Amino acid sequence: MTGFKLSRKTSRSLLWDRVATGCFYALGAGILLLVFWLLFTILSKGLPQISWDFLIKLPEEIDAGGGIGPMLFNSFYILFLSLLISVPIGVGAGIYMAEYAPNNRFTEILRICVESLSSVPSIVFGLLGLAIFAEYFGIGLTILGGAVSLAFLNLPMLARVTEEAVRAVPNELRHAAYGLGTTQFHMIRTVVIPTAMQAIITGICLVAGRAFGESAVIILTAGLSTSGEMWDFNLFSPGETLAVHLWYVQSEAIVEDARQIADKAAAVLVFVVLLINMVFRVPLWINNRKLRK
Amino acid sequence: MNISAHKAAREAGAELHPRHRWNLTSRRARARVVNWLFKYYFLFSILALCLVLAMVIFFIGKTAMLTFQEVTPAEFFFSFDWTPEEDRFGAALFIVNTLSLTLLTLIIAVPLSLGMAILIAEIAPAWVKKFVSPLLDLLVGIPSIVYGYLGLTVLLPLLRELSGEGLGDGLLAAALVLTIMILPTISRISEDAISAVPRKYRDASYALGATRLQTTFRVVLPAAGRGIVAAIILGMTRAIGETMAVVMVIGNTPQLAKSLFAPTSVLTSNIVMQISNVDFDSTWNYSLHLMAFLLLLISFVLILIIRIIGRKGGA
Repeated sequence: MTGFKLSRKTSRSLLWDRVATGCFYALGAGILLLVFWLLFTILSKGLPQISWDFLIKLPEEIDAGGGIGPMLFNSFYILFLSLLISVPIGVGAGIYMAEYAPNNRFTEILRICVESLSSVPSIVFGLLGLAIFAEYFGIGLTILGGAVSLAFLNLPMLARVTEEAVRAVPNELRHAAYGLGTTQFHMIRTVVIPTAMQAIITGICLVAGRAFGESAVIILTAGLSTSGEMWDFNLFSPGETLAVHLWYVQSEAIVEDARQIADKAAAVLVFVVLLINMVFRVPLWINNRKLRK
Repeated sequence: MNISAHKAAREAGAELHPRHRWNLTSRRARARVVNWLFKYYFLFSILALCLVLAMVIFFIGKTAMLTFQEVTPAEFFFSFDWTPEEDRFGAALFIVNTLSLTLLTLIIAVPLSLGMAILIAEIAPAWVKKFVSPLLDLLVGIPSIVYGYLGLTVLLPLLRELSGEGLGDGLLAAALVLTIMILPTISRISEDAISAVPRKYRDASYALGATRLQTTFRVVLPAAGRGIVAAIILGMTRAIGETMAVVMVIGNTPQLAKSLFAPTSVLTSNIVMQISNVDFDSTWNYSLHLMAFLLLLISFVLILIIRIIGRKGGA
């Protein structure tokens, strides 16, 4: 730089550049701090006080010390049922869009449908479930209704993650399989799906985590109460989930320790969601490392 | 010996041959049938998705249209008087509130998320991205009801102290909660758009002597413009449709939001608060469905806008 003298404009630009860089870093650090603080607040308030008892005990209406047993069970039960319905269809739809869909107007319409469906607010799915199960079939607020409505909500996201995963499989693999004389489905089953499996499972975990914490749909379709029994597998009993219970406890419950129950329920909720997002990936991760070696 | 064995084997092979061939063709036939079946299964899956969409439109729309038996469209869309107990169904206040809540959320969220996206894509070294992206994904994973609960127990007392008026619930509280919820969406997608800008644009700009800040704001961001707009609209759809987090902090009073701290109500929160208390065959219920239908239409329009932007970008 010797021999050159920076003009005022240039040095001002450089100064601005440095200041802005600093500001961006500060912003990033601030947001990250916020994320950590959020997680810390939720988990630290609830987790230390959680006992095994709390997780499996029945809730109390008036006295302190109630648990969240049936709600926790319902949460997993509804999540399981909804995935049972939505995974085969959602993954199938994703595979169709990635492997079969010809490049024409019909496909374009299908794509618009998937995108529109994924933009539908969750509360609208709740109203749909209410209309189908409570009004049309007249069975009221049930676990079945909650699970099916939740499955509707999951479908477009499952289709999207599967499509992305399948599209990421390199075409050479497909050509190689065809070269061995396989049919298209055989190729998909033995080459594409195993290759895309990791991404598909990651996607399913994301969807499952979202479905586990979903409340607007469940509140309208599975109701604000449970059958009052633990391990109630009946599809037609009301199915309040943990997320809905959090809402119920802080808005309507009259027990004196409502605040603690809500704190603990929120912690359990976040903990399970994080668990779903991470635990299911661990086997894949280990598998991946084995492959690399 | 050797030759005879060979011959025997060949004879045995010849004997086996027809069955073997039959086996092969049957396997081939089965493979064809399975292939055909699954092709239609996959097609059926995607059609099932479309059927769900049709059901949403049909069931919600059918009930929604019943509103107009007793309420004129003019009253529903332009009257600010929502007193269903006295048969006055003016939903304009919810519509206006939803729009202003979304606008306020975007005003707060867009600069923050764009800043985050620029930091990750342009400024910070690569390892930061590897570290930050999963963290932002964590934010997406947290259930909306938990955001609402945090807003209720942490944010509201804070706002109450800062503003010194009322309970602290209202548009600002809801907008802050929504900001945290849509921040990962917007920053993730606009970061992709920024990263997709070809390197040569930046090189050209640097060669002209521009600083990184100038390059980012005058070259990269305009080039990534469409992607960023799409990201913002996607964040908007999430903000408009969000229910439980908003319900917990907005105060749930059907009145027009005149200040940031006045308890109020938006389309989603009003639906979820009132739907369980009304008869199925009442105008009240119909008008709630009409509000849901309106939400549906708004989301569809936003998705269409994203598609149009995307198509122009591709051409």
